Amino acid sequence: MDTNEREHVIDVTDLRRVYGGGFEAVRGVSFSVGRGELFALLGTNGAGKTSTVELLEGLAPPAGGRVRILGHDPYAERAAVRPRIGVMLQEGGFPSELTVAETVRMWAGCTSGARPQDEALSLVGLGRRAGVRVKQLSGGERRRLDLALALLGRPEVLFLDEPTTGLDAEGRQDTWDLVRELREGGTTVLLTTHYLEEAEGLADRLAIMHEGRIAASGTPAEVTASQPSRISFDLPEGYVLGDLPPLPALGVTGHETNGRSVVLRTHELQRAATKLLLWAEENRIELRGLDVRSASLEEAFLRIARDASRQTPPAERTERTAREKESAV
Amino acid sequence: MSITTGPGTGTTGTGPGTTPAADGSAGTTALGRMRALARAELVLLGRTKGTLVAALFVPLVLPFSVYSTIDRVDLEEQGLSVGSMLLPSVIGFSLLFAVYSSMVSVYAARREDLVFKRLRTGELRDAEILAGAALPAVAIGLVQSLVLVTACALLLDLDAPSAPHLAVLGLLLGLVMWPALAAVTAIFSRSVEGAQVAAMPLMLASMIGSGTFVPLEVMPDRLASVLELLPLTPIITLIRGGWTGDLPASEALGALATAMAWTVVAVFAVKRWFRWEPRR
Repeated sequence: MDTNEREHVIDVTDLRRVYGGGFEAVRGVSFSVGRGELFALLGTNGAGKTSTVELLEGLAPPAGGRVRILGHDPYAERAAVRPRIGVMLQEGGFPSELTVAETVRMWAGCTSGARPQDEALSLVGLGRRAGVRVKQLSGGERRRLDLALALLGRPEVLFLDEPTTGLDAEGRQDTWDLVRELREGGTTVLLTTHYLEEAEGLADRLAIMHEGRIAASGTPAEVTASQPSRISFDLPEGYVLGDLPPLPALGVTGHETNGRSVVLRTHELQRAATKLLLWAEENRIELRGLDVRSASLEEAFLRIARDASRQTPPAERTERTAREKESAV
Repeated sequence: MSITTGPGTGTTGTGPGTTPAADGSAGTTALGRMRALARAELVLLGRTKGTLVAALFVPLVLPFSVYSTIDRVDLEEQGLSVGSMLLPSVIGFSLLFAVYSSMVSVYAARREDLVFKRLRTGELRDAEILAGAALPAVAIGLVQSLVLVTACALLLDLDAPSAPHLAVLGLLLGLVMWPALAAVTAIFSRSVEGAQVAAMPLMLASMIGSGTFVPLEVMPDRLASVLELLPLTPIITLIRGGWTGDLPASEALGALATAMAWTVVAVFAVKRWFRWEPRR
């Protein structure tokens, strides 16, 4: 994906964040997001997503590295950045005794070019809840109020930290539709999520974080393609793995066996599957439990998380990901 | 759900080049932001009955207990009238209960409920958040003081102040110092309940040692010179001196310096150590 030709609305270089106790939550993260792009940060809990996003929002200064939002340092040049961004924290706080309308009114008084209250609330489907106290809202409604406030100033850049956590299926779909519309309107969006289908469906590009580092990044298709596809089956009685055609000839790059069940990994799924099935046909073998599947983002995610915790040096990992990408082409 | 822009609101502002603040017309000002926050805090204060009652009535009720102690002290010898003795004390109570105590709770509650963290993602600056949140309590403290002055004038034949500038200066310094001290106190707590406990030492020390119940003039010199360093003492001294007009310039300057020092130290401590989100 080529963002160089576009303006980098978000530019992050070698970002680090260290907490008071010495815990290094973000360990050298770099990425950039072009105008109008939707970028998703994925990761297991504790991967450093929120710690990273809070630095981009300017809530804290980084321990190292550089952040530029719309060309400005979001912490040191808060006044220049804030009127142009919208933020939805993972856990937003609103006084529970205020009504929805009072909350919006207060926030509007602190927001440049704020939308009218009705518009802001109907955007997120809270139009009829204006007179309700915040403490009486459901968790999902509170999330949507938070989103309404993030959108209040028609931001150029929107930071959404797990915007759909706590929403039911319908609410989640509504939020996705809204985010898509905003992106179509030119808003740059940085989203963190642990719903992989959310990232796969919305993101132009994504990065998977693990233990404070970016373990893989690219378009959802690229990240998925960097992972091998999978063929699994059970060998019949009397056959062993060695009876198969030589694995390299099948285009298989890795395998696992557990009793008679076999898992083959390959970047050339069609070739491997064809040769395997031809071999089975010639030998009149039935491969029970045959399952042939392309890599999914979920599989890529799990595998990256697993591999990343096994191997440490980040440089090596990037190289490996790059090599895998090449071989996948 | 759909994104619609109402008539007359112009472009959606999400496209390149249309920054809402760039046109200047719709940008916010520090004053506007603080007013919006203060308005919400006032609504919240009205809905927090306990805090409201403590803020509004305690400073108005406590003077009676002061009044009863005053009779036992030979005021005339110290050149003090009942009114000039009582008024600074009740203004002191107003600062302690209406401003300090209620603001300690507010600051702790907004932090623990992640309200401050959320506000900090917006256009409000840190100082605006703390100041805006304090405005209703400061306004109550100010109105209460004016009401008390009027009441003392009418009921206790309090004369007009001989040095009003000292009284005004004392009150204004108090209204800046005590919210700042409340923010410092909130640093030392993890909950609203904890915040009230954290507020007790300064409340008690001020009530006992700052000349509210007992004038410092009747205390042993050495003790009095220590108590003069408490944060409420210079406020009381300045207001009382403003009314009696017999405060020597050196003592007035000393009180001013003490009050300024507390304010500066408190503001510095808040800038340096105030926590904007709960401890995890």
